[in-house]
Amino acid sequence: MEIEVSENVLQVHLNGLLQINDKIALKEITRQLNLENVVGDKVFGSFAENLSFLLDALRKVPIVEDLISFDYGNCFNFLWTFGDRISSCPVIFVLDEFDLFVHHKNQTLLYNLFDISQSAQTPVAVIGLTCRLDILELLEKRVKSRFSHRQIHLMNSFGFPQYIKIFKEQLSLPAEFPDKLFAEKWNENVQRLSEDRSVQEVLQKQFNVSKNLRSLHMLLMLALHRITASHPFMTSADLMEANQLCSMDSKANIVHGLSVLEICLIIAMKHLNDIYEEEPFNFQMVYNEFQKFVQRKAHSVYNFEKPVVMKAFEHLQQLELIKPMERTSVNSQREYQLMKLLLDNTQIMNALQKYPNCPTDVRQWATSSLSWL
Amino acid sequence: MPPLEHVVLCREAQVSTLQSLFGERHHFSFPSIFIYGHTASGKTYVTQTLLKTLELPHVFVNCVECVTLRLLLEQILNKLSYLNASEGCSTEIICETFNDFVRLFKQITTVESLKTQTVYIVLDKAEYLRDMEANLLPGFLRLQELTDRNVTVIFLSEIIWEKFRPNTGCFEPFVLYFPDYSIGNLQKILSHDHPPEYSADFYAAYINILLGVFYTVCRDLKELRHLAALNFPKYCEPVVKGEAGERDTRKLWRNIEPHLKKAMQTVYLREISSSQWEKLQKEDTDPGQLKGLSAYTHVELPYYSKFILIAAYLASYNPARTDKRFFLKHHGKIKKTNFLKKHEKTSNHLLGPKSFPLDRLLAILYSIVDSRVAPTANIFSQITSLVTLQLLSLVGHDDQLDGPKYKCTVSLDFIRAIARTVNFDIIKYLYDFL
Repeated sequence: MEIEVSENVLQVHLNGLLQINDKIALKEITRQLNLENVVGDKVFGSFAENLSFLLDALRKVPIVEDLISFDYGNCFNFLWTFGDRISSCPVIFVLDEFDLFVHHKNQTLLYNLFDISQSAQTPVAVIGLTCRLDILELLEKRVKSRFSHRQIHLMNSFGFPQYIKIFKEQLSLPAEFPDKLFAEKWNENVQRLSEDRSVQEVLQKQFNVSKNLRSLHMLLMLALHRITASHPFMTSADLMEANQLCSMDSKANIVHGLSVLEICLIIAMKHLNDIYEEEPFNFQMVYNEFQKFVQRKAHSVYNFEKPVVMKAFEHLQQLELIKPMERTSVNSQREYQLMKLLLDNTQIMNALQKYPNCPTDVRQWATSSLSWL
Repeated sequence: MPPLEHVVLCREAQVSTLQSLFGERHHFSFPSIFIYGHTASGKTYVTQTLLKTLELPHVFVNCVECVTLRLLLEQILNKLSYLNASEGCSTEIICETFNDFVRLFKQITTVESLKTQTVYIVLDKAEYLRDMEANLLPGFLRLQELTDRNVTVIFLSEIIWEKFRPNTGCFEPFVLYFPDYSIGNLQKILSHDHPPEYSADFYAAYINILLGVFYTVCRDLKELRHLAALNFPKYCEPVVKGEAGERDTRKLWRNIEPHLKKAMQTVYLREISSSQWEKLQKEDTDPGQLKGLSAYTHVELPYYSKFILIAAYLASYNPARTDKRFFLKHHGKIKKTNFLKKHEKTSNHLLGPKSFPLDRLLAILYSIVDSRVAPTANIFSQITSLVTLQLLSLVGHDDQLDGPKYKCTVSLDFIRAIARTVNFDIIKYLYDFL
């Protein structure tokens, strides 16, 4: 049946990520249908010419006179019978990332495709694939009216027991695997894992976050890459570690690698946010706050020059942990540009807990709510 | 090529993860891998070394160089065709859109040598991709699916993945974190490049001292290596001169410590170049006489220009209502309560300079200069020169009908130095220091 379909039907596959405007889309359709204005891979003619050429080709009306009037130069021989070839074969257009096509100018391509499919002159079917449920609102009025309003929703409607079954299926080795003995042991191990309490907990957590099978695949991939010749079977510990890697806070990881001076600046910003309720600050204010900490007698070890502190501040900006409120204008000085901190208090306190060799006075400064103590 | 463990230090876990992801040559790898970590945490180095050692076909592109889409796509395609060019140089490929890229990529990878193995495209500094065309990042994440070929795209970046994710979702890559080096790891790596004339212990002691001074400020491996290389000759000086042995740690410490502190203020900040620093070390001059780049901003200004600048600073940092009190000879009674009300937060020195009209500048100028100043074209041209020197800045449009407004963009230290040269006590006139 499949082979029958592919021989009798012409297919055109378009993708919204690749064909970002109607001109490119049109050239791609012409290329895939191998129409006669294609030489090798190049498609000749302007957008309007291509469009009318394509529309005429898809309609049954023989338009021999029009064809001869197209002036592509001497490299083409017009086969007026090509209209017959197209007209006898149904064409299926598959549009992937359909929601990106609706952003093209005037939705010309969609309008024409739907128009042709409605006009019943050539058997043309248009199938759009998209993730957006509100796709109909994005269509223009005229395009929408030509749409047949046939929607098929593919939803993940399985429950948790089904999810565990899918987990088992994905992980099991197929029967064609060359080493039959190993495959058997592996599949037994998978069965054992699916009945293990801690593994079920991990899967439940994953299921609660997203039913998406891709995230399940990611979890399994993270667990699988620990399998080596010396560790041939997966254990529940592997899965738990994989779950931890999945739910890692990447900002906390970045904060983990900052220098002590940069951590002090973040704590100064935290105090400013606490006192002034999240109003934007500039470098001068942060430096001032930091100086209050430094000037207490025991902390003179942190007494760095202002340019050194500025370099640390700029490093934080480079890592996008702080962000300017508006674009840098050439006229304003960098010390006075208003910024926002992109970490919240809980993240900062958690990161400080994990920070290696954090000096105790810095940690105490972070937890104290009254900065003048 | 020496074995991988000797070339790549302290990254065993990451290397084994990458190797297990790559799998066998002909296996399909995960379509996209995202590697993030601090700068100088080895991402580029490990990826390149691994791909070269295992001799996998790969293309390495740094997105900083690719300001337009075309540059990026053409670079990838040209480097790919170079990989399998057995005869001479093939012609430069022209590629303007992502659609053409996919088509040409499919053509190039049908060559025998590339068909059976995974091709890796490594995009360094991938954060620049976010600012290019919107379809580029999602397209590269799915390149394996779009081209239907055995290709894997590896993204290297400092910025975390959450800041890359497009609003409408995309294919999630495999995210791999390269942790920052611990202090032990840093010591190990830095000690690795000790010059052969000295013992490893001697160099390790030096590295300890260096890290002691710089570790709280900077953990960037590249900077630390640079500083280590620059300052080592100074450290060895007492040994070379015969004043101390290799084990006299106290003497060596006393010799190098002020030097390192000075380095933090100059070479670390790129105030002076490394060649200047090396010259200074050889000449053995007192490091206190170093003049960095910032010192050269103390340009010698003419007499009136200095006063114009001081007047501008006062106009920027004093609120207008206080001018009467500071600059009039007989200002009468000023209500104290309104005048002295100021919050610490609204201290003008924290918020930055405010703009002022030209008239106010001239009024303050006349009151602070002792002798009579005529408003000649000379004065106005000096104001314009100050704007050119970027000591003042023009606020608003050039052709404003109400008259130009300016802002003073110098720091307090700078203006105090200038005021000292004309014997003007600026602190007395500043509202924030009342």
